[in-house]
Amino acid sequence: MTSLANKPALSLSRVAIYAVLIIAVLLYLVPLVVMLLTSFKSPEDIGSGNLLSWPTEVTAIGWIKAWATVKGYFWNSFLITVPAVLISTTIGALNGYVLSMWRFRGSQLFFGLLLFGCFLPFQTVLLPASFTLGKMGLANTTTGLVFIHVVYGLAFTTLFFRNYYVSIPEALVKAARLDGAGFFTIFRRIILPMSTPIIMVCLIWQFTQIWNDFLFGVVFSSGDSQPITVALNNLVNTSTGAKEYNVDMAAAMIAGLPTLLVYVVAGKYFVRGLTAGAVKG
Amino acid sequence: MATLELRNVNKTYGAGLPDTLKNIELSIKEGEFLILVGPSGCGKSTLMNCIAGLENITGGAIMIGDQDVSGMSPKDRDIAMVFQSYALYPTMSVRENIEFGLKIRKMPQADIDAEVARVAKLLQIEHLLNRKPGQLSGGQQQRVAMGRALARRPKIYLFDEPLSNLDAKLRVEMRTEMKLMHQRLKTTTVYVTHDQIEAMTLGDKVAVMKDGIIQQFGTPKQIYNDPANLFVASFIGSPPMNFIPLRLQRKDGRLVALLDSGQARCELPMSMNDAGLEDREVILGLRPEQIVLASGDAAGLLPTIRAEVQVTEPTGPDTLVFVTLNESKVCCRLAPDIAPAVGETLTLQFDPAKVLLFDAKTGERLGVLAPSQSVENMGNVTRLNRN
Amino acid sequence: MSSVAVFSKASPFDALQRWLPKLVLAPSMFIVLVGFYGYILWTFVLSFTNSTFLPTYKFVGLAQYARLFDNDRWWVASKNLAVFGGMFIGISMVVGVLLAVFLDQRIRREGFIRTIYLYPMALSMIVTGTAWKWLLNPGMGLDKLLRDWGWEGFRLDWLIDPDRVVYCLVIAAVWQASGFIMAMFLAGLRGVDQSIIRAAQIDGASMPKIYWKVVLPSLRPVFFSAVMILAHIAIKSFDLVAAMTAGGPGYSSDLPAMFMYSFTFSRGQMGMGSASAILMLGAILAILVPYLYSELRAKRND
Repeated sequence: MTSLANKPALSLSRVAIYAVLIIAVLLYLVPLVVMLLTSFKSPEDIGSGNLLSWPTEVTAIGWIKAWATVKGYFWNSFLITVPAVLISTTIGALNGYVLSMWRFRGSQLFFGLLLFGCFLPFQTVLLPASFTLGKMGLANTTTGLVFIHVVYGLAFTTLFFRNYYVSIPEALVKAARLDGAGFFTIFRRIILPMSTPIIMVCLIWQFTQIWNDFLFGVVFSSGDSQPITVALNNLVNTSTGAKEYNVDMAAAMIAGLPTLLVYVVAGKYFVRGLTAGAVKG
Repeated sequence: MATLELRNVNKTYGAGLPDTLKNIELSIKEGEFLILVGPSGCGKSTLMNCIAGLENITGGAIMIGDQDVSGMSPKDRDIAMVFQSYALYPTMSVRENIEFGLKIRKMPQADIDAEVARVAKLLQIEHLLNRKPGQLSGGQQQRVAMGRALARRPKIYLFDEPLSNLDAKLRVEMRTEMKLMHQRLKTTTVYVTHDQIEAMTLGDKVAVMKDGIIQQFGTPKQIYNDPANLFVASFIGSPPMNFIPLRLQRKDGRLVALLDSGQARCELPMSMNDAGLEDREVILGLRPEQIVLASGDAAGLLPTIRAEVQVTEPTGPDTLVFVTLNESKVCCRLAPDIAPAVGETLTLQFDPAKVLLFDAKTGERLGVLAPSQSVENMGNVTRLNRN
Repeated sequence: MSSVAVFSKASPFDALQRWLPKLVLAPSMFIVLVGFYGYILWTFVLSFTNSTFLPTYKFVGLAQYARLFDNDRWWVASKNLAVFGGMFIGISMVVGVLLAVFLDQRIRREGFIRTIYLYPMALSMIVTGTAWKWLLNPGMGLDKLLRDWGWEGFRLDWLIDPDRVVYCLVIAAVWQASGFIMAMFLAGLRGVDQSIIRAAQIDGASMPKIYWKVVLPSLRPVFFSAVMILAHIAIKSFDLVAAMTAGGPGYSSDLPAMFMYSFTFSRGQMGMGSASAILMLGAILAILVPYLYSELRAKRND
């Protein structure tokens, strides 16, 4: 819904609206600007200046030190995120396909049970999950985290695809069945080629969720298998030695860059995922 | 091509739920065009899905040719279907849409190409073959959907309200085209619609359905002239048949219906003389075109009544005139050049032989028509559900 | 008669086809039944045992819950959740709705502005926490900035003030989530029927009044969804606390999620940790069930 006046006059109220919006833009940007400025300062510079003072000397030492510290964990995060995103999206697509086009007795009940998973406080499953991972020999491995993310990402990925597929006319599947196509042929030849937008939404949603996860990372991994979020938290919250805020901020930027990049490149799908997952979830 | 026969077909979605289809019994010959017509929720689409094998029946048998296909999967029934939404595969071109079923059936590519060419020519869609469905107009999509069905040369064609997504003008055009196509190809066809005009114009046979039960099965003419019950009578025909509830009386040994326009009265002698009908609540059915202006010569032979015009609706080909008889609004379909003013009094006349009677409670037809018509028609009307 | 009914048997291919949907769904069904509901039940069982570092199955009845209710730290965490949740939801809603309504006034560069409001949502709570921990640093953060800018008496040391530290969490969480609320409401506003507003304008209502009396009330479903999601984020909030305050100073900024983690995994109080997890589940259900109920009822009324 857009406002009705055809040519909005530059009235006092419109000036006020623009003022509020612009101030809000600045407020939202401040933390990012501060992080960037701080990350390029030297520790002395940080001590003498303030949050928004320009670096007396722009230095990448913070970034270099941060990268040296979190590099391994950064790759861990990729090692966890990429397979987990791909697997959970694939399963979600198949589940959504069944739940929308091949309903059977009980499938709706299953969907209801699964939906609750979108709201599940993970604290209630942490202990049994860690016992299970231990039994499977996957404790403190990135593989174990992949597994966990796949399992607890299923609710959302299935929801995405199911809600997208219910809007596809069932006649399409009927037509394909009369044409002689089977379950997987219909999926591959008819449904999948139509799914690009929702695949994007799902991939991006899962990528941000899993990359940004901290709870599973801190519970199910240790040492070398930790994801970047856990490493960042360890770095920032160690009390030993002098605090190097430039390193902290550079490390935070490193941890935030991949999802930020995805957001800038594919923001449309990101927003759609948020609202789809949220409004319907 | 093949015959289609439904033997006592039943369908229910679970114990305790009402039957979706109940004792469906009908058969059509090779090359016939069968219409399933009824209001939404009457089970016509379910019945079509059952014929296609997209849903399973819970009783009875579906015979295509000599083969019982009841347990078969859709792909083995050799059936093609055109859907209301057309269900064209949106990511495939028109050519790929038509080829899809043939490729799955592993037809050699040369044969596929020939078949696509044949169908495209038949439907005049050659210039569209490389487009995607999204780039086509509604009418073009409709043609492609038909093309996809024709390409497989199946035993039976199913059409699920294929014209209802088109605008009014295109719908009439496509209707004629479908009729031409059927006359040319002589394909066995089942066609679902809720549009009674499509039912009347396209069908060799019409099955009128309601609540999962076939109310009447017959030729369009039988359904129109000789409806089995009040529902069929009211569903078929536009403007719809007039219904006047009244009580039959006996006068001078004849059954008569007394009509009262407020200005005048008239006795309509009944052609049937059943004692059981006397003093009984009935509904008298009269099609709008069966009420005519009294003209000089026939005036003496048929009963007439004077009535005041309340509303007129000139439609172009006709003028619909509404009067009140026995407190019911009655529509008369008169010639367009007659333009009576509101409040004017007309003298109307009826042919008592064409009047239909229905039981006021059950809606069933009472008695039979005038002897001349009953001999002609009643003999081969298939009537079901006369419980 | 030649038309003897031949009941064709389904070929193996057909039988497989018929089972495929169920086969495809089966692993997920297993995962959901075991990994969701089985595990909840398991945790529920653990909450009735005296498990410490390792699970034992000596049942102690409600003793763990009793200990939990006797635990001062749990009460601090619960109270913090109430304060944090209430303020976080309230402020995020007000900010989100306001920005959405303002953005809906044919604003130039709307897309760009929207992108700025929403980017924090793409970040990990750990990154957010790290950034805000620095911004709120007493002596070096905003504290110093505003003094440098001439506000001599300005003091911002909430991060080390046990009574105010929870507001720091609120600030960071609002910064992260309010853009999301904006996006939800903006989407809702775009779906409002124009003719309603036209009708109200013809009736002579002013724009603010139209929004307040006509437009926003029609967004009730969005409103409920938004509150639902924010409450859910609040109850699950763990990473933000971990990054910003680690629950401190002392345990003054603890939240139940943090409490559960530290008792279960650091302090070896598995039984009590499980009990706290179950109570968190109860809190989620307490808001989820009425929400779903009203959703379903609304759907039935359609």
